[in-house]
Amino acid sequence: MSDTAQATASLNGAAILSKDLSIYYGDFQAVRDVNLDIQTNRITAIIGPSGCGKSTVLRAFNRMNELIPSVNTKGEVLFRGENIYAPDVDPVEVRRRIGMVFQKPNPFPKSVYENVAWGARINGHKGNLDELVHSSLKAAALWDEVKDKLDQSGLSLSGGQQQRLCIARTIAVRPDIILMDEPCSALDPIATLRIEELMRDLAKEFTIIIVTHNMQQAARVSDRTAFFSLSEDGKRAGMLMEYGDTKTMFTRPEKKITEDYITGRFG
Amino acid sequence: MATPRTPATGSLKRKPRLTELVIQSLLFLCGLLSIFVTAGIIYELGKESLLFFGRTQWQLTNKPIAAAISPADTAIEVGAVGTPAQPGDLLRINGEIVRLVTIENGAYVVERGVNDTLPAAHAAGVVLEKGIDPSLAEFFTGTTWAPHAGLFGVLPLLNATLMVSGIAILVALPLGLATAIYLSEYASPKARNTLKPVLEVLAGVPTVVYGYFALTFMTPLLRTIFGQDVVQIYNTASAGIVIGILILPLVSTISEDALTAVPRSLREAAYGLGATRLETAVRIVLPAAFSGIAAAVIIAISRAIGETMVVALAAGAGPAFTFNPFQAAETMTGHIVRISGGDLSYDSLDYNSIFAIGLMLFLMTLVLNIFSQYIVRRFREVYE
Amino acid sequence: MSTNNLHSSNLPGRHRLGRVWLVVFQVALVVGVVALCALLFNILNGSFGYVAVQDKVNPATLAVDGVPLEELDKDTLIQVLQANISAGLMARYEFDKPFAERDAGEVYDLILERVVAPEFVAQWSLYESLTNAGEVRATAAQEYPEARLEFRSWLNWHFLRAPQSSYPEIAGVRTAVLGSLWTISIAVLFAFPVGVAAAVYLQEYAPDNLINRIIQTNITNLAGVPSIIYGILGLAIFVRALGAFTSGIAFGVTDPATANGRTILSAGLTLGMLVLPLIIINAQEAIKAVPSSLRQASYGLGATRWETVWHHVLPNAMAGIMTGTILAISRAIGETAPLIVIGASTFIQVDPEGPFSKFTTLPIQIYQWTARPQSVFRNLAGGASLVLLGLLLTMNATAIILRNRYRRSQ
Ligand SMILES: Nc1ncnc2c1ncn2[C@@H]1O[C@H](COP(=O)(O)OP(=O)(O)OP(=O)(O)O)[C@@H](O)[C@H]1O
Ligand SMILES: [Mg+2]
Repeated sequence: MSDTAQATASLNGAAILSKDLSIYYGDFQAVRDVNLDIQTNRITAIIGPSGCGKSTVLRAFNRMNELIPSVNTKGEVLFRGENIYAPDVDPVEVRRRIGMVFQKPNPFPKSVYENVAWGARINGHKGNLDELVHSSLKAAALWDEVKDKLDQSGLSLSGGQQQRLCIARTIAVRPDIILMDEPCSALDPIATLRIEELMRDLAKEFTIIIVTHNMQQAARVSDRTAFFSLSEDGKRAGMLMEYGDTKTMFTRPEKKITEDYITGRFG
Repeated sequence: MATPRTPATGSLKRKPRLTELVIQSLLFLCGLLSIFVTAGIIYELGKESLLFFGRTQWQLTNKPIAAAISPADTAIEVGAVGTPAQPGDLLRINGEIVRLVTIENGAYVVERGVNDTLPAAHAAGVVLEKGIDPSLAEFFTGTTWAPHAGLFGVLPLLNATLMVSGIAILVALPLGLATAIYLSEYASPKARNTLKPVLEVLAGVPTVVYGYFALTFMTPLLRTIFGQDVVQIYNTASAGIVIGILILPLVSTISEDALTAVPRSLREAAYGLGATRLETAVRIVLPAAFSGIAAAVIIAISRAIGETMVVALAAGAGPAFTFNPFQAAETMTGHIVRISGGDLSYDSLDYNSIFAIGLMLFLMTLVLNIFSQYIVRRFREVYE
Repeated sequence: MSTNNLHSSNLPGRHRLGRVWLVVFQVALVVGVVALCALLFNILNGSFGYVAVQDKVNPATLAVDGVPLEELDKDTLIQVLQANISAGLMARYEFDKPFAERDAGEVYDLILERVVAPEFVAQWSLYESLTNAGEVRATAAQEYPEARLEFRSWLNWHFLRAPQSSYPEIAGVRTAVLGSLWTISIAVLFAFPVGVAAAVYLQEYAPDNLINRIIQTNITNLAGVPSIIYGILGLAIFVRALGAFTSGIAFGVTDPATANGRTILSAGLTLGMLVLPLIIINAQEAIKAVPSSLRQASYGLGATRWETVWHHVLPNAMAGIMTGTILAISRAIGETAPLIVIGASTFIQVDPEGPFSKFTTLPIQIYQWTARPQSVFRNLAGGASLVLLGLLLTMNATAIILRNRYRRSQ
């Protein structure tokens, strides 16, 4: 870890940070001038009303937006001191280090084992695959439930299991950062709780950024919270309104708009 | 955690991914291949057609020289037999080309050794050949297609093609449209699910089988109905009707897709105003699906124009300029098939002529296809 | 207009109109179905029916010592054959395949073909044979007193096995079927990888720029080009320009029988070009149907584009791609015109041996038999059409089974 620690030290403990990040879909500016520094080994929650660009910002952290042809990104995202949008940076390398868990569980239509092993294999994993699958599933708190069905299709699992499988799959690649876009929105409360516990565990090892609509969830799991909202100049661009320690934010928000949103008084 | 972290230390810098690059280039080339196919079609058809129009064809006149001539003679005695020539025509005697200036007392007065040939002595009895230049104007206005006799009018072939396609559309449009309306507006899902496969089977039958059907079923049927003397064994009506059946599934499936794509709300609006089912179908849904239906009809016409085996078997083997659907007439496609059926020698008049006709066929269908795409794009937005 | 009824809507009239038109729509549908039935009936009508067969030599007279022909042993059969055909012909058969290697059945077949030489003097359609058997029998007895009347299925084992022949009695479709299979295989070998690759490029790689839009439009238009145009292109390119390759001369396979490029290879490549746009369009649809969440998951793990395509997109699109390809191939199997243009051989009796052989195909065989003036060949064409339709049916059934199996395994 010394290596990572060194790199992050130069960024004031930030695992990844954005500088004046603006993102456009064609002519439409979805996100404006976001400056956000994400702390290493912390869980950072991104909250805000629908359409304010949370997913857009999150996907900017591992260049997933590029899969949409019309997207145009301005500004910088620094990861270990390097701008991941520099022309000579390979987006594939970026995504190896910054993994992603999606809103809807999306396991591959392959066996449970293959789901976990595949990403490691294409990334040139040299060690024992069985061990890696075992440890990743364990880390995702799924091992006991699937240890007898490693050959079954990943699609045969329940929704909550599928989502944990997706998490296992992501950590098997050993990224530094895991991005999660509303990972519990398709799950029932019990499955949600399990994933939240899992996230707390994973935070010892990984830096986690999670987008959520669920205030309680943000309050429960995150160390820091970023609140986004739409600009009020009629252009409806997403902006970072307030960012800080989760406890402080939920007890003594600085801005009125944050308080309104947190307390549910918001449109 | 059990497995030690293998820290991703390397830089984020782009590494040359050779395989990715090679694969992407290969895929791109495969995509590009279709452009080469089109380019090949246009290039080959264009090149050989230019040769067809740009080269002098030599035709035997069956006119022998009556007396031997020396290289200096300018008057050639010719008999009365054979095809006559006009002043200005090019004539060929044993490889020497001469231009006919006037005709005096039945003798041809010529300019010797034109077109880079040298005047030579010729014996009596050598048969004159007349030079013919197929011209574009003649191609599109001449009413006889007999290249070997120097007649290059494509109209008989074009006329037959249009007649067959016209008859086909007369059959397919009403039947196809009515079928589509029935399937989309009236039929129960169960009926639709049993009837649509029937149409698909109809669409999957090879065209040569339709040709067999035209010749052994439709033609005898027409001859029984209209009389043996009225209907010839080969005729455009039989071919046209059968091609109509052949394109019927095309018209009905695309039209039905267009009809079902019309939003439910539009139908409900019409019913809400007290319209009957027929009024809703014909006055509201049909116009809303206009672009799709128009496109279907145009594609069907294009398909009918390019259809070959049915006309090759049933429409007749020999160009004829007739408007009577019960008479034999060869279409453009039928002509190409018949001419190339034998071993066609390269650079012959026939070889080049199929490219000229093929080019015309290609352009006709291309224009129709582009037009149908244009209609779909131009009018689609309106109801969505 | 009456004051208390602002809308004289004449509802009964409108409903009557509706009913009339409903009948019209239904009639249209029925006409379509009837057309299909007529098409199928017409083929059956030609493929079965009575024939009047007349033997050149009555087989009963060929019995040796009271033993009927069928029961003779091989040596006696050879003697019978020798006694009835010329020495030259006998020598040719010996040259084709020594008699020592032939079994009794083969010799018996030769006797039937050459000595007994049954000839079809008249034939009747299935319809006539079923509805009017009595009259058929009477006519046959009166006009062909020597002949015997048989009910014949023109589609039979011999028909499938025998090569082409100018005698309708012994003609078969084997060479044509083999030719069809050869050409189709080459078409698929060429068009499937190229078509799928092009579809992958267009769906997964191509940025939305001018050149890619041109490629896409071009493919749509190519799909609408009449097949005969592909024949003309194949004639100019594969037969003429690349004649050295397509006849195999460039590979040292010089067979004097191959007529300057008019080979199975040329035919296969021409059909390949013809189905290429169809395969591309169908494969594009199948690739489009793969959910984008799979791609995202793959990219999110740090997979490259090709890794994503190869491991996730293609396996999930494969069922659709296969179905689309089989549909495209069904179209190619029935294609006739382009192959006639590039110069299918009219008469081939030997099986095609490889890509550089001359060829004929099933649809071409049907075309040639239909075009012959003698009506007996129409019956052969009917039988061959049944074979062709059977082939298509098998392929489509395969497509459906493949699709279902693939769906279940997912
Ligand atoms: N693919 C796209 N093309 C064009 N505009 C898009 C696209 N995706 C998102 N947008 C727009 O960008 C803005 C931000 O979208 P984003 O998905 O980031 O919002 P969000 O905060 O994640 O919303 P939600 O909470 O509903 O998920 C919205 O106005 C949306 O309409
Ligand atoms: Mg979102």
